[in-house]
Amino acid sequence: MIRYTLRRIVFALFLVLAVSSGALILARLAPGDYASGALGIEAQRETVEQMRARLGLNKSIAEQYVDWLAAAVRLDFGRSLQYDRPVSDLIPERAANTAILSLTAIVLATLIGVPLGVVAGSSQSGIVRSVIRAGSLVLLSTPPLLTSLFLVFLAARTGWLPIAGMRSSGVPPGDAWLDLVRHLIVPAAAVGLPLAAMLERLQAQATSEVIDQPFIAAARARGASARRIVWRDALRASLAPVASVYGLIVGTLLSGSFAVEVITAWPGLGSLMLDALRTRDVFLVAGCAGAGAVFLAAGTLVSDLALAAIDPRTRES
Amino acid sequence: MRNPGAFIVAAAAFAALAAPLLSSHTPDDRHPRLLNSPPTIPHIKDDGGQWRAPFIYQWRLVNQLEQRFEEDRSTPVPLAWFPRGRIIASADESTAPFMPLGTDSYGRDVWARLLFGARASLGIALLAAAGAVIVGALLGGVAGYVGGTTDDALMRATDFVMVLPAMYVALALRSVLPLVLPPLTVFTLLTAIFAVVGAPFVARGVRGIVRTERRLEYAAAAEALGASDVRLLVRHLLPAARGFLAVELTMLVPAFVVAEATLSYIGLGFPDPIPSWGTMLHDASNVRVFVDFPWLLSPAVAMFIVVFGLNLALQGRRPGVESIR
Repeated sequence: MIRYTLRRIVFALFLVLAVSSGALILARLAPGDYASGALGIEAQRETVEQMRARLGLNKSIAEQYVDWLAAAVRLDFGRSLQYDRPVSDLIPERAANTAILSLTAIVLATLIGVPLGVVAGSSQSGIVRSVIRAGSLVLLSTPPLLTSLFLVFLAARTGWLPIAGMRSSGVPPGDAWLDLVRHLIVPAAAVGLPLAAMLERLQAQATSEVIDQPFIAAARARGASARRIVWRDALRASLAPVASVYGLIVGTLLSGSFAVEVITAWPGLGSLMLDALRTRDVFLVAGCAGAGAVFLAAGTLVSDLALAAIDPRTRES
Repeated sequence: MRNPGAFIVAAAAFAALAAPLLSSHTPDDRHPRLLNSPPTIPHIKDDGGQWRAPFIYQWRLVNQLEQRFEEDRSTPVPLAWFPRGRIIASADESTAPFMPLGTDSYGRDVWARLLFGARASLGIALLAAAGAVIVGALLGGVAGYVGGTTDDALMRATDFVMVLPAMYVALALRSVLPLVLPPLTVFTLLTAIFAVVGAPFVARGVRGIVRTERRLEYAAAAEALGASDVRLLVRHLLPAARGFLAVELTMLVPAFVVAEATLSYIGLGFPDPIPSWGTMLHDASNVRVFVDFPWLLSPAVAMFIVVFGLNLALQGRRPGVESIR
């Protein structure tokens, strides 16, 4: 188990390094740079050159990369060119916002998807099964880009919920939590609902497979109630295949929350990265990509380890 | 029709191909008098309760500031069948053009843009999915057939691409290139990026299938009869993955439709005058705008219909999603 953990951690570190290096180099290779963008096309050639020299953009890619890498080892990830603040100051706040959004979405998806999946997988009634399945199929066909557009439209039309941002101004500190929750509903539902549909389908399949197993028949023969069998024995046995999906979800979650962050103006990592890419803020791009990779690596690591703890067979591959 | 999903998808593809017939304007026709006008609704009963051939009313701007329109019920305008090579259009194009989904903020026909946009959106998705399937099948086939170090290296590489969030990879690759590019370049570029991001998923599955099939007797027989490596792989082993490839293709298309829309929405896809579902949503990206003019969300609805159709077509064929009962 220790060796397995170590191997996974090494892979995670490699992932973070490769992704942030790749992002830095790609951002540097891109035509145009921060200086020409910030000063506009009418700027004097010398002014642009001066700004480049001041920001260190006149160095070659290799030189800049080595400098950045040497600093990164000391946990100095460079300064954002547009905000003129260290990247390591800017990222944690935005990353926390993305984490709040993603975690809420996962919890929401689990609370909706898994119980409905158990019902759909175990119900004797064809109507219940088809209604749940139809609902899931509709939600599976509305990726976060679409759910967020539709939900924002609904929220704005009805005026029930705020449609953009994370906080409203002028809210007394006592109500800050409630305010955050109100802002969270639309984006979290936009990310979480398609995910809930996916979990529901998986859980329904796992449940219906488990229910045909001999140990369920045995439990029934011993006189256990149907409710107890479905919600205790079958649920426990069917959770493993569903749990293994959570590791894969992390990547989807980041991709999905990107569109949602842009549409609902949620101040997360995705909107920061887009902002950085547009202004060619190279160090911030690298920082955002690295932070995204940390998320990803942490997510897959935790779910892999959890799975390995449950099921020793997975440690081998 | 046995499979309603396939029917929906076929209808969408037909609508994209027949766009010039089905719409009564070109996607660039601007109607400066009708900015953000609501959909024109065909009537068959006039105010006097009289039944008549389908006709429409002219939109009259009643509030310049809020851009609110009202039907001018005094002069019904009949709809003409098959005018100028189109199926249906208004008989009086200058005062009351027929726009079943209203107009956008430039006064362009949303229905026409939706149909012509389907060409770009669905075309890109289909080509990219085909590209991903071909590249993935070749990579996976070679990895599974050759084995050893090649296999290890290829599979590590696919592992790496697969754990990355696809949207960010596409975004990073796209942003390396100039923000403004000619439409055809954008089309080729997005297709290539999507194909690269999608290929590893295909390669994984194909590798597994090829490895299993390689051990079966028919493969040994073909080898004994003197089939070369290439022939064995391409003629005998890869066809075994046909079913898998068909499913992958159907799953990648909706993913790419959405990816194009996301990139265009944030302004990194097609430039504005080119109609695609993403650029249309980009025009509506201001919340205030699409709340007042909900017909601007019709590309989102179109996207849902296509993705829903593909999912419906996949029912029972996608492992892990459809229940066995």
